[in-house]
Amino acid sequence: MSTTQEATATSLLRFATAGSVDDGKSTLVGRLLHDSKSVLADQLEAVEHASRNRGQEAPDLALLTDGLRAEREQGITIDVAYRYFATARRRFILADTPGHVQYTRNMVTGASTAELAVVLVDARNGVVEQTRRHAAVAALLRVPHVVLAVNKMDLVDYAEPVFASIAAEFTSYAASLGVKDVVAVPISALAGDNVVEPSAHMDWYGGPTLLEHLETVPVGSDPSEEPARFPVQYVIRPQTEEHHDYRGYAGQLASGVLRVGDTVTVLPSGHTTTVAGIDALGEETDIAWAPQSVTVRLADDIDVSRGDLIAAGPAPAPTKDVEATVCHLNERPLLPGAKVLLKHTTRTVRALVKEISYKIDITSAAGDQGLEQRSGAQGLQVNDIGHVVLRTAEPLALDAYTDNRHTGSFLLIDPADGTTLTAGMAGEAFETVRIGDAPDEEDWV
Amino acid sequence: MTTATHSLVETGENPFALSHLDTLEAESVHIFREVAGEFERPVILFSGGKDSIVMLHLALKAFRPAAVPFALLHVDTGHNFPEVIAYRDRVVAEHGLRLHVASVQDFIDDGRLRERPDGTRNPLQTVPLLDAIESNRFDAVFGGGRRDEEKARAKERVFSLRDEFGAWDPRRQRPELWSLYNGRHAPGEHVRVFPLSNWTELDVWQYIEREGIELPEIYYAHERDVFRRNGMWLTAGDWGGPKEHETVERRLIRYRTVGDMSCTGAVDSDAATIAEVITEIAASRLTERGATRADDKLSEAAMEDRKREGYF
Repeated sequence: MSTTQEATATSLLRFATAGSVDDGKSTLVGRLLHDSKSVLADQLEAVEHASRNRGQEAPDLALLTDGLRAEREQGITIDVAYRYFATARRRFILADTPGHVQYTRNMVTGASTAELAVVLVDARNGVVEQTRRHAAVAALLRVPHVVLAVNKMDLVDYAEPVFASIAAEFTSYAASLGVKDVVAVPISALAGDNVVEPSAHMDWYGGPTLLEHLETVPVGSDPSEEPARFPVQYVIRPQTEEHHDYRGYAGQLASGVLRVGDTVTVLPSGHTTTVAGIDALGEETDIAWAPQSVTVRLADDIDVSRGDLIAAGPAPAPTKDVEATVCHLNERPLLPGAKVLLKHTTRTVRALVKEISYKIDITSAAGDQGLEQRSGAQGLQVNDIGHVVLRTAEPLALDAYTDNRHTGSFLLIDPADGTTLTAGMAGEAFETVRIGDAPDEEDWV
Repeated sequence: MTTATHSLVETGENPFALSHLDTLEAESVHIFREVAGEFERPVILFSGGKDSIVMLHLALKAFRPAAVPFALLHVDTGHNFPEVIAYRDRVVAEHGLRLHVASVQDFIDDGRLRERPDGTRNPLQTVPLLDAIESNRFDAVFGGGRRDEEKARAKERVFSLRDEFGAWDPRRQRPELWSLYNGRHAPGEHVRVFPLSNWTELDVWQYIEREGIELPEIYYAHERDVFRRNGMWLTAGDWGGPKEHETVERRLIRYRTVGDMSCTGAVDSDAATIAEVITEIAASRLTERGATRADDKLSEAAMEDRKREGYF
């Protein structure tokens, strides 16, 4: 019994991997799964069989992760896949995102739920354009922890100076984008150095292996330091004899702590009341915190429905004017004047794209001044990152994304066919420098 | 035992840390409530297997003290384990649920489906499933699929749009960011929803243990008449086994999955309790599907191909 109880109490880390096409990302993922004993005999047998069918002598660990026909046919990864593995200390959900230039949106997708991003570089090439792109996406999505995995150390004679110079360049770039926690690890995914087992070839490296770092990096934020945000998902009214007057607001705490007796504001209406009771999936409790799913009862009989936000602490001012940094996800461009739907927490409203203020070149060398911005007059193409101004039909209680990844994020949706168009992050994401033909600020404010 | 006290006791220094099961549970409950808030006619696919039983348990918790606002849909292959049908009917009665049954046998009897030469009815489920979705106008269909089961499933979204033919197109999936699920669909289309996407087989069993969830007895070791086919132990029965050259043996076995009797294999096991099952799974060198499902071995892309046709 004791072993299963220990396993139950492990924490969960969601992380994303990003790497250029030939940096060995599939091999690294395969190595992590294989060396943490998460690949089982029948999966390995299937990979060996498939590798033989393709005339390859050694089992191709990339086949563990390339699941779709088109991927196997083309030998590429076309979409985010989620992998699961566990050690005695922690459970892991890995968003395995393809590294091609044209798949920035996939890394954005993977990074949106990640608490850590592994950026892979080839030790022979160092920091390249793709590396900067991955660092910028991690910074844009506010991934709290970034790991630089300098791969293929075996091909540079496990030389410390090679690693040190790449690590220094990357760390300085990431810092300029606002990434606070960067850890660099020299590895060889192929040979297994410093992935799961410490390397015998790199005595000069005193840090943790990649897996050790994944196992020990702190997960979650401290809810007691954040204002409470509780988007109402669903109103629970049993209307049974036993629970005749029960009216509970079901939702998942996006941040912070709620206690019975707390004063809360319901947005966008602005009504203030107190928390009369909290039910944690059927059991009464006096405290709840992010990311728990609970049901909240309020002291006053005020109008609250799906889409409202119950907030404690400093509350965001509801607004119909939204400025945001966005990543465009769809092949159809996003153009000024487009009428879209905006999904923010549990609320979906109509919205107008008033301006595409500028595009951001997330690969430009930032220096101290920030990334370069260019005119967005032509709209945003798929994988473009830019700054937009939206006008919504109803007020939204948005936090800045830099303050809250849940109440600061939204989707733009095509009202005609429901396609997810754009991922949005309220507020400014980066320091940017205007260059070239960017419009004057007066034009769009 | 509230979620709050449970976590406080179990997770060390940070009083606000959540265990991985608490995190997964909170996420799944969020998904159930999103569907309740956004769709007109959702339904839970219920096979009587452990994943659908955990789904139902989560749905019950998500809406307490109110009733689950969804009906159940069972696609009955006609080759069911009797213990599982008994369990299904008991659960439906206990929680006052509505149950729809889509029967493969009915479709065979009236000629809309033809029995396959190998007698396997698992792939035949797709037609009655899509028919039930269409005739009941279900717009959201919960499935117990997990991304850890199979590599095509590793690419599956939590909200997965299906066209008017029920088809899945992996290249046209909507990107899914944060916990913002897009459930918009045209009339005739529906959305498959997988609240257990991020759970693994071991998570499911640990959760069953923690919550004290009852399962059909076939999940635990028992003696049974089985015979060998395609490297698997199948239960002898009216469904078409054993054939003349196949011999029945009485063995101590249990099932890791529940499905059609013709293609769901048993494993040799003496694990008679939840704790023993967890120990056994943790030590197993075979995946759940690799150990027990014949239909996934048909080709490298068997699951992807079936999903494209509307299978789960």
